[in-house]
Amino acid sequence: MNEMTKITTTLKDWETDQEVRWCPGCGDYAILKAVQRTMPDLGADPSNTVFISGIGCSSRFPYYMETYGFHTIHGRAPAIATGVKLANPELDVWIITGDGDALSIGGNHTMHLLRRNLDCQLMLFNNEIYGLTKGQYSPTSRQGTQSPSTPYGSVDRPASPCAFALGAGARFVARGIDIHKGLPDVLKAAHAHKGTSFIEIFQNCIVYNKDVFEEFAAKKTAADTQLHLVDGEPMLFAKGEKGITLNRNTLQLEVVDVVDGDWEAARVIVHDVTNRSVAHMLVEMQFGEFPMALGVLYDDPRPTFEAAVVAQNAAAAVGKEPDLQGLLNKGQTWTVTEGGPEL
Amino acid sequence: MATALKQEEPNNPNPDGAENVVVRFAGDSGDGMQLTGGQFTLSTALAGNDLATFPDFPAEIRAPQGTLFGVSAFQINFGSRAIETAGDEPDVLIAMNPAALKTNVQAVRPGGLVIADEGEFGKRNLDKAHYDSNPLEDGSLAKWQLLKLNISQLTLDAVKPFGLGNKEALRCKNMWTLGLALWMFERDREPIVQWLNSKFAKMPDIAEANIAALNAGHAYGETAEISGDGLGGGHLQHHKVAAAPAEAGTYRTVTGAESISLGLVAGARLAGLPMFFGGYPITPASAILHHLSRLKEFGVTTFQAEDEIAAITAAIGASYAGSLGITSSSGPGIALKGEAMGLAIMTELPLVIVNSQRGGPSTGLPTKTEQSDLYQAVYGRNGDAPMPVIAARSPEDAFYCAIEAVRIAVQYMTPVMLLTDGYIANAAEPWKIPDVDTLERFPVSFMTEKPEGQLLPYSRDDKLKRPWIKPGTPRLMHRIGGIEKGVDTGHIEYGPANHQTMTEIRRDKVLGVADSLPDQDIAFGNAGAKLGVVGWGSTFGPIHQAVARAGKAGKDVAHVHIRNIWPLPKNLGELLKSFDRIIVPEMNTGQLKTILRDQYLVDAKPVNKVSGQPFTIAEIVAAIEENLS
Repeated sequence: MNEMTKITTTLKDWETDQEVRWCPGCGDYAILKAVQRTMPDLGADPSNTVFISGIGCSSRFPYYMETYGFHTIHGRAPAIATGVKLANPELDVWIITGDGDALSIGGNHTMHLLRRNLDCQLMLFNNEIYGLTKGQYSPTSRQGTQSPSTPYGSVDRPASPCAFALGAGARFVARGIDIHKGLPDVLKAAHAHKGTSFIEIFQNCIVYNKDVFEEFAAKKTAADTQLHLVDGEPMLFAKGEKGITLNRNTLQLEVVDVVDGDWEAARVIVHDVTNRSVAHMLVEMQFGEFPMALGVLYDDPRPTFEAAVVAQNAAAAVGKEPDLQGLLNKGQTWTVTEGGPEL
Repeated sequence: MATALKQEEPNNPNPDGAENVVVRFAGDSGDGMQLTGGQFTLSTALAGNDLATFPDFPAEIRAPQGTLFGVSAFQINFGSRAIETAGDEPDVLIAMNPAALKTNVQAVRPGGLVIADEGEFGKRNLDKAHYDSNPLEDGSLAKWQLLKLNISQLTLDAVKPFGLGNKEALRCKNMWTLGLALWMFERDREPIVQWLNSKFAKMPDIAEANIAALNAGHAYGETAEISGDGLGGGHLQHHKVAAAPAEAGTYRTVTGAESISLGLVAGARLAGLPMFFGGYPITPASAILHHLSRLKEFGVTTFQAEDEIAAITAAIGASYAGSLGITSSSGPGIALKGEAMGLAIMTELPLVIVNSQRGGPSTGLPTKTEQSDLYQAVYGRNGDAPMPVIAARSPEDAFYCAIEAVRIAVQYMTPVMLLTDGYIANAAEPWKIPDVDTLERFPVSFMTEKPEGQLLPYSRDDKLKRPWIKPGTPRLMHRIGGIEKGVDTGHIEYGPANHQTMTEIRRDKVLGVADSLPDQDIAFGNAGAKLGVVGWGSTFGPIHQAVARAGKAGKDVAHVHIRNIWPLPKNLGELLKSFDRIIVPEMNTGQLKTILRDQYLVDAKPVNKVSGQPFTIAEIVAAIEENLS
């Protein structure tokens, strides 16, 4: 985000007059509302905000935000955003993408966006399916996913978005669930982070992959299946009866029982958002053996790409006049007079 | 050069004494032939000669030494008359090894001078060049003047005092050769000495050794008793080629890659915009990225992207945010950018795409020249996706074409393709530096105020241009994208009538660019000629010379050179129909020919060459004669 003047807006100021064209019951509605509700809290200015998307269901998002918006082409939103931000670093840029858009056709751009650390928020709506093309399996679909293109089940192993992001050099990695009330807090943390903020949002595709996240997203069982990470707080779940600890022998995380609330005795890890080693372990936690880690997994800012470019451009221009005639005349020249050539 | 006053007559001085000489340096790709050629070019320019060059090198950076495929050559044609081609046949060949001799000697004019480094003609190198016997000894070079010199040994002797290793010492061979060439044409060594001193400022020993080699080569020409016939039929002698007549002004040499970079910077300044250049390394386009990356003080931001697609989409993003977005590549990279060009067409954002064409398809001939991306430029996108296309004809012209591309892009809110090729990109020619105050400005205005009533991002002016609205402008929030847009509003709109209307608007907007173009002129001859020779791009030089030669010989022939490939100039159809016959020489299998036939129903005949080498004048003269008989 930028050091911008905070302005006062309401949810209504962020809604467009466009009819929303997602399927009834789609998780995208909840995400849209969460974003529209969060923007006033950020003090953001619609005139200075740009939503940039690729292709897919999620990528229709910009049409519904009363901001500047650019619905681009499949997979390329991170590259477009890079040009936007280099041309005007003052803009507050949000990238909206999906699992196919960001990790399949646009995987290369996502990787380079993260390693460069462009200052923006990237919201990856992960529904583990290609929705807009009618239900083919995606790079995050679990092995064995039956779809029109994999009638006998998919055989390839899925990508893990947060592990990918961290591996590519992300300095902010967070996870949320479309209908989860904690999503706005994740968005706020992402916006507060200077650099690329990578947010994976589990999004329910009601038509092609209904309830694929139900095992951990369902409210009824959430206490046992979700680990809500808070900086400085112990990694507890199941109403404080379980926690995450490090097995000193295997150097791997494991779930421990916490007796009588004494998490220190159980050696439960205190979440430190700047600990990159633990972040690598958190993104690798497999659901089932572990709860699903949600919230801000990692947040440790580094200088941004556009700031470095701007600084280098300025430094390289110090003491040089933008003299076009001088530029054209550079190097060895000679003069021809009416009488003939001379050196 | 544009200041043509006389025509090239290769190898034969005109009665008025005007002449030209073609010299080719050829050696191993590690021998520094491009550097030698470049410095000889500079010295030629400083001597006031007009000139054109043709660097011809392999795709491999350091191909195995001594091999036929590792030969790198640099040809220069210079003279006291206007020069428009790099010359059909070398008068002088300097061959640094057997492979260089074998691959180049057949091009030399009979009776021309061949200088060979006999120190490199040992069995091993002869074998690598597939020579059964030593051509320097077996009489097989009898139709040329042969001068055998042990350049390797002479260089080693010259640099001995500097204590270099054998390998490093032999690297100075090219400077010895350059010294000899400078002597042959009575050139001043001083600019080369200055250049060596600055190039090797941090390694004074190397600078001194190279200067010593340069001086030794020069002294060798001065003092040695060289037998054999040389230039002008006598002993090798110095031979000063007089300065060429040229318009008064300040000149420098420029390659196409340099002049395009300078033109883009000038264009952005004339439009009053910062420039954003997105590029990805590719031969022969990378030189533009290199040049621009050093010009930060001109408001230039360069971005080496992760791939060709990111290079163009970042440029589109920058244009969206209010900069002049530019991207550049060669054919394979342009293919990758195709979808994004469609996005720029659909969102109607300004963008300049430079294509430095090379031999294709696929990887093709990375370092060789071709004009085979014309279909790709005009037609190569999905959907009805019209885009203006401009083609440069020479390094000098490329400067003005780049400015023109920027002007069209911002005045019509459209991507524009600027075509150049490997030959123009690498070739050097003298350039009369323009006075920047004489270049016409075309300042851009952004929409900054909310109009009365509804904001309509796809409303249009009389040129059918939509407004350019930068994100960050208060109260002008709107959404754009690649999905079909509603007329005026720009909202998503799939309606059949709307798509028909929007497709027609995009077509008419681009066709309307023709209103801002000058009428098609005739480069030589007159409308109504028996034969019209129509060309585009870097074939200008050989076509112009060939038509002029035929014209002087009494043939009724005219030369039409098309710069604006799309849209075509409004009077072009009428002009073409005035000719009895039309031929279209192109370095492809007939792409402009197809467009002309399609647009004007004229019986344009193709004259094609796809060898990776430019046309010679003689080839086009032959085509003219054939089509007039």
